[in-house]
Amino acid sequence: MTEKLRFREPELAKKIATKIAKIAPGDELVKFCHVCGTHEWTITHYGLRSLLPSNVEVIAGPGCPVCIVPAAEIDEAVQIAKKGAVITSFGDVLRVPGSNKSLLEAKAEGADVRIVYGVTDAIQMAKAEPNKEFVFFAVGFETTAPTTAVEILKKPPANFSFLVSHRLIPPAMELLLGVGDLQIDGFIAPGHVSVIIGLKPYELFPRVYRMPTVVAGFEPNDVLMGIYMLLKQYKENKPRLENEYSRMVKWEGNLKALDVMNKAFEISPSNWRGIGRLPESAYRLQDKFEDYNANKKFNVNVEQGRDILLGCECHLVIIGKIKPDECPMFMKACTPQKPVGACMVSSEGTCRVWATTSTRSN
Amino acid sequence: MCLAIPALVVRVEGDKAQVDFGQGVLKDINITLVDTKIGGYVLVHAGYAIQTVDKEEALETIQLWKEILSAGIE
Repeated sequence: MTEKLRFREPELAKKIATKIAKIAPGDELVKFCHVCGTHEWTITHYGLRSLLPSNVEVIAGPGCPVCIVPAAEIDEAVQIAKKGAVITSFGDVLRVPGSNKSLLEAKAEGADVRIVYGVTDAIQMAKAEPNKEFVFFAVGFETTAPTTAVEILKKPPANFSFLVSHRLIPPAMELLLGVGDLQIDGFIAPGHVSVIIGLKPYELFPRVYRMPTVVAGFEPNDVLMGIYMLLKQYKENKPRLENEYSRMVKWEGNLKALDVMNKAFEISPSNWRGIGRLPESAYRLQDKFEDYNANKKFNVNVEQGRDILLGCECHLVIIGKIKPDECPMFMKACTPQKPVGACMVSSEGTCRVWATTSTRSN
Repeated sequence: MCLAIPALVVRVEGDKAQVDFGQGVLKDINITLVDTKIGGYVLVHAGYAIQTVDKEEALETIQLWKEILSAGIE
């Protein structure tokens, strides 16, 4: 594990930070945006912002897949649970607020809601209890979507279905470029989404938007190196697509994963909590897998939910427009113990990361 | 949630494998999405291996960083 330690080696981090300081422009503000909850965790946990010059800022975009699930889809899961089916999903999803209640609150009222490590565990439960209906609430970005796709193609048991809520990251990045006063100067693209989709989907950012883009890994020196590579592009005024995380991310992505996703899903427009409707931004089950579509099986379809509670500024935190501590509720009315918004619920939500990490420095 | 952790493959049975996350933490995972074998390292997410990990490539990354840092514009 020596190599792993070197990706965290303080001496190397200092060296990269010195280089960053050397090439950072003297006066103008440079703002880079990442779109991954794990990147925010690394940056906050290791205090990386404190190593950057004051005019180099790194903001968090919509990188938490649990945070952006709209209330309407939580409501659908709650309704299905109320109809007697067992809802299975990842731990964080259970606490995300719906319009009226979360899945955890539905569980407290008697619904059968279970946490699983992955979709395979849910299918094993369905096989073990053939008299019950099981639904896997499939949340997550491109990193997670192939795991759902594999199981769909393997034809799960008849008492199993999917509530597919998978989302795609590049459309959200494109949206950020249209937010008037955000003015991003470069993207740190998410490493593990990129393991699956490869580099091609990001090509438009440097080419069409002249936006420096670097795919980065998750060790502290990965992120620092990504920032250095972005600054270098910015300084040279030559926006391009670079791969800092080449030890995991291949240009073409994971072809097997892309193949199963192509066979199981189609891409459709979708709603994102706090953001609104984005074109071509979600995976949906193909019609031929209709029997596994929980919406159809249980005749549940919620068009509109209540995404943001009064006073919560999650919608501004999600797109990086404000920092968590600029929300009046942060660590007052909204805490990890009693979260108000989705950003405080998930362990990858920006508010939650800031609330639980003492080394943040901005 | 896109957290993925490297692990050592200790047993393979069809599309299933047992992996070691270190210090004896063993877990059964699905390896449909990768080509791997016993003794190989994989990146595990939500019970699935999503990529194979190449130790040589990881070492090369450090080397590449050094080159980029020494060739960087001042």
